[in-house]
Amino acid sequence: MANVAVCVLGSFGYDRAAQGAMGAGRALADSVGGELHALVIGPAGDEALAALAAVSDRVVAGANEELRDVQPEQALQAAQQLHAAGGGDYVAVLLGNDTYSQELAPRLAHRLGGASMADAAAIRMDGGELLAQRTAYGGKAISIYRLKKQPAVVWLRARGFEPAPERPSPGEVTSVDLALDPPRIRVTGREVAEQEGVRLEDAQVIVSGGRGLGGPEPFQELKALADTIGAEQGASRAACDAGWVPPNWQVGQTGKKVAPELYIAIAISGASQHLLGMGDSKVVAAINTDADAPIFKHCSFGIVEDYKAVVPLLTEKLAALSS
Amino acid sequence: MRVLVCLKQILDPDVPARDFQIDPAAKAARRGGANLVTNIFCENAVETALQLREAAGGGVKVTALCYGESSAEDCLRKAMAMTVDEACLVERDGNANPDAAAVGRVLAAAIRQLEEDGGPFDAVLVGRESGDWGTGQTGGMLAEELGRPALGFVENLAPGNGAVTLRRQTDVGIEVAEAEPPFVVTITNNEDNVPRIPKTRDVMMSYRKPLRKLSLADLDLDSEEIRAGSSIFEVEEIFVPADEVECELAEGDTLEDRVDRLAKRIHEVVASIG
Repeated sequence: MANVAVCVLGSFGYDRAAQGAMGAGRALADSVGGELHALVIGPAGDEALAALAAVSDRVVAGANEELRDVQPEQALQAAQQLHAAGGGDYVAVLLGNDTYSQELAPRLAHRLGGASMADAAAIRMDGGELLAQRTAYGGKAISIYRLKKQPAVVWLRARGFEPAPERPSPGEVTSVDLALDPPRIRVTGREVAEQEGVRLEDAQVIVSGGRGLGGPEPFQELKALADTIGAEQGASRAACDAGWVPPNWQVGQTGKKVAPELYIAIAISGASQHLLGMGDSKVVAAINTDADAPIFKHCSFGIVEDYKAVVPLLTEKLAALSS
Repeated sequence: MRVLVCLKQILDPDVPARDFQIDPAAKAARRGGANLVTNIFCENAVETALQLREAAGGGVKVTALCYGESSAEDCLRKAMAMTVDEACLVERDGNANPDAAAVGRVLAAAIRQLEEDGGPFDAVLVGRESGDWGTGQTGGMLAEELGRPALGFVENLAPGNGAVTLRRQTDVGIEVAEAEPPFVVTITNNEDNVPRIPKTRDVMMSYRKPLRKLSLADLDLDSEEIRAGSSIFEVEEIFVPADEVECELAEGDTLEDRVDRLAKRIHEVVASIG
């Protein structure tokens, strides 16, 4: 018997990333005829545990209070112990794409004698080994890696996966009391980022601006557009590097990886490193003066015009359409 | 205090997509006319280490380490031109794209060797991921090989009283952490650790600084497994994705008509989300 585990951070709850990771986990578990287990690191609400149980064969929850605010060193110990508590018989241990999960993957793999991989957009088993598809060379290529040891510990581009279907009856929830050593690197403070609206990673619609805007002021015009359609605002690296908008607006290889239903790229040429951050968007629309800009090879619809002429008019028309 | 920074030499990631080609036999990018450069996050790591040295006001020595081919000497020279104190190249043998387990083992062995000869490193800095393959697994693997605690996505290290204060970026926001040496961090970029441009005088001085070379045999790692560099993963396939989407450009006689078309398409999608 070979099962599949998904590590979920309790404090994040059953968010979109966890839903996608569980969905990917279910497909993988079905392909090997095994069970899907959720390994919950830290206290999670009853609602989140029930939602996880509804899509799992088993939930193993390590609800130690000291894991409420994630201490990475202890999250690693917790993941290792939950892995054992769940039976340890896993071909794969999947994680979401938050920064805590990202740093966990290689270390957990090393401790479990397995293999690790990052940012997988697709996974499947082949001859008992896991194949993980991801981008390479800043988005210029797609690579498929063969993971040669088990478990394959992989963090996923989780929002790109369909949520897991509910089971006929919920999986059993087991609570485990974990024995955690004090962290050798201790997180002592958090400056929670000012968050107007939802996180970019969870946004359903994003309006992003790029170098072509020429300065910080036009982002106000884009805000009016975004507000009209209930969108969050993002930006390209060029706009962030220039200091026009805060660094946490950046979408791209060195910024956030987003997967909204609709991504509107305004005055963004579409460099491969930007495409890497928004390539999982369901629908992409572009506004750019340059018909040859790469963004037009990666969007569903668009307009070749100066944003200055388009944005105010577009905002007006969308306001009329939605009223 | 001693600080070690790991560097990786990569194909210039700014090569335009139209010049980018895959070598199917090597399962990697063709070099073509592209330059080899130091991975940007590794240069951010060098800058971060130098800022720690400057903030401490003395008593901090920074060493750069690379596992790569002889051309990677350029990356180490550039690091020393940025005023890193000394460097070490472990000459790579075998697989040109070794997996993170192999690189982690080689770097860990080299670090132990350098520590034996020059004293322990308080902090080991690794770029968070590389601009070529970008799997971002090396820092974590290295930390486990060394058996040291680690923290990812760090942007600043400040000297404290025994401990080092780390500042890092997470999904939740900025986190501050206290780390007792020795430890490993992966470094990400922010507006404050943009790599400095070496001064001409420092470029000349860099050739007088020590650059030690080690072979796998020197580290007792001259094994088939390390040379193969694929004990945990390998590239099965790599290809350039086709431009799959056909873009529908808004048409119409006037700007008003075209924007109207665009507005309707956007409205359709937004309305379907509900």
